[in-house]
Amino acid sequence: MSLTLIFGLYVFFLAAFTGYQVISKVPHLLHTPLMAFTNAISGISLVGSLLAAGGHYGTVSTVLGAVAVLAASINVVGGFLITDRMLRMFKKKGGAR
Amino acid sequence: MTLSLAETFVQLLYLAASILFVLGLKDLGDAQTARRGVLLAEVGMVAAVAGTLLYGVGVTGVIVRWEWILVALLIGSAVGTGMGLWIPMTKMPERIALSHAFGGLAVGLVGVVEYLEHGGAKMSTLQITATGLEVALGALTFTGSLMAFGKLQGFITGRPVTYVGQNASNMAMIAGTLGLIGLLVLQPDAAWAFYAVATLGVLLGVLLVLPIGGADMPVVICLLNSYAGLAASATGFALGNNVLIICGALDGFSGFLLGMMMSKAMNRSFSNVLFGAFGAAPETKAVTEGAAPAGPAPNVGSVEEAAEVLRAARSVIVVPGYGMAVSQAQHAVRDLANVLQTHGCEVRYAIHPVAGRMPGHMNVLLAEANVPYDHLFDLEVINDDFSATDVALVVGANDVVNPAARSNQSSPIYGMPILSADMAKTCVVLKRSLNAGFAGIENELFVRSNTMMVLGDAKKTLMQFTAALKE
Repeated sequence: MSLTLIFGLYVFFLAAFTGYQVISKVPHLLHTPLMAFTNAISGISLVGSLLAAGGHYGTVSTVLGAVAVLAASINVVGGFLITDRMLRMFKKKGGAR
Repeated sequence: MTLSLAETFVQLLYLAASILFVLGLKDLGDAQTARRGVLLAEVGMVAAVAGTLLYGVGVTGVIVRWEWILVALLIGSAVGTGMGLWIPMTKMPERIALSHAFGGLAVGLVGVVEYLEHGGAKMSTLQITATGLEVALGALTFTGSLMAFGKLQGFITGRPVTYVGQNASNMAMIAGTLGLIGLLVLQPDAAWAFYAVATLGVLLGVLLVLPIGGADMPVVICLLNSYAGLAASATGFALGNNVLIICGALDGFSGFLLGMMMSKAMNRSFSNVLFGAFGAAPETKAVTEGAAPAGPAPNVGSVEEAAEVLRAARSVIVVPGYGMAVSQAQHAVRDLANVLQTHGCEVRYAIHPVAGRMPGHMNVLLAEANVPYDHLFDLEVINDDFSATDVALVVGANDVVNPAARSNQSSPIYGMPILSADMAKTCVVLKRSLNAGFAGIENELFVRSNTMMVLGDAKKTLMQFTAALKE
């Protein structure tokens, strides 16, 4: 087993545990925004996509990478916007009546 | 090993991004701070993208071409902006399913590029395993989410599609995929095996979602969320990138956790949802297709009669369901509540965890209609109050108020916690027809003596109530 794998597993499980703790405290009320939010965060695959699309690679790889950038950026931009749009609507009593 | 100054800077940016994502999620735990959380995560995302561009150009020299990146980013941002700003709240489950598909697609394609460019023989055991899993999960998430989207949109039947040997063949395909990844570890240059893994992933996505019925959509959407996250994490392992591992784990566990909650709210195990094909039972179908259900006939009331009941009520609990979303009746609900409140009637909303097609679906719809969120109550909080309530107004909900879950051991939903709408003095049920709901189960509530059915489009009916009460 390589050291990189061990390090990666440490990171994975600590993040998973942190995520579990934090996410289990999100109330039912906010579960749909939570989904849109984690969806936006998962657009972090943009990180890998950028390297694939910008590399000095063959045409096939470049095109596939560009499609990946496209898909990931839709998630990032759309996900954050819609999360915020939903959260803006959640008002306590005393809001617009 | 010591990193160069530039590398250190990039890694610190990634670290900052990871911390911001976790803090953002933490802020999402409270409606008061949630918007700040989104802002934190947005800053994190900018840091991660900037770090990647710096890394690609300055440190490794991998990024040499910009035109593709720029064009894709521009189009993606434009489409994302459109989807973010103009998709109606009633279409939220469809949007979430679609964006899971994009997530899976992005990750899957990155995996293919990795294999094409760095691949084959030169990959370490870790890299090839991670890339294999990444591509399989990415492909599965992509087609699975498209299937979920199709079912939600009605392109594909919402009924579970089953056939003989379904579970066995799916299991065989999963085993085959894992076997092929194992083979790739031994022979990393076996390109055919790599593409076979991708193909099996594509097929599995379709076949795994096919038998899952519309009523189980909340769980499916959570699961797809989880798969998308795990696929992103696998990418992190393949690229040796911690921010991807962390975000993938956060996303993966959020989906998993929500899925568990949804399953628990339906009193069913995860595996039961995945392999149970809820609502496919032939005997319930026969009942649905029968001309007249056996037993007492439901008490169908007119709009005027129901409006009279509401006029006399001092307290009303609204139970919203998917039918409210379908007829976009959330604003009409709010208008009726306003009129009732001016008459001195107390109006509250009871939200079942699995009402609708995704977790928290009803909360969002009611928020859109300006219903304050402190008027919304979870099942555990409000359930005992029904017996002291004059009217339970059920708007297009079915299974979540079906008393069979409490009493009928042979019912497929037996044991599922339900909202006790039947305990209210009068239960007014708005429904389009007397047909069974999405899960295909008859509802005893509709034939109870204290229940009044008002048939027709929920939005129209609610507007007629409001008009009648204003007179």
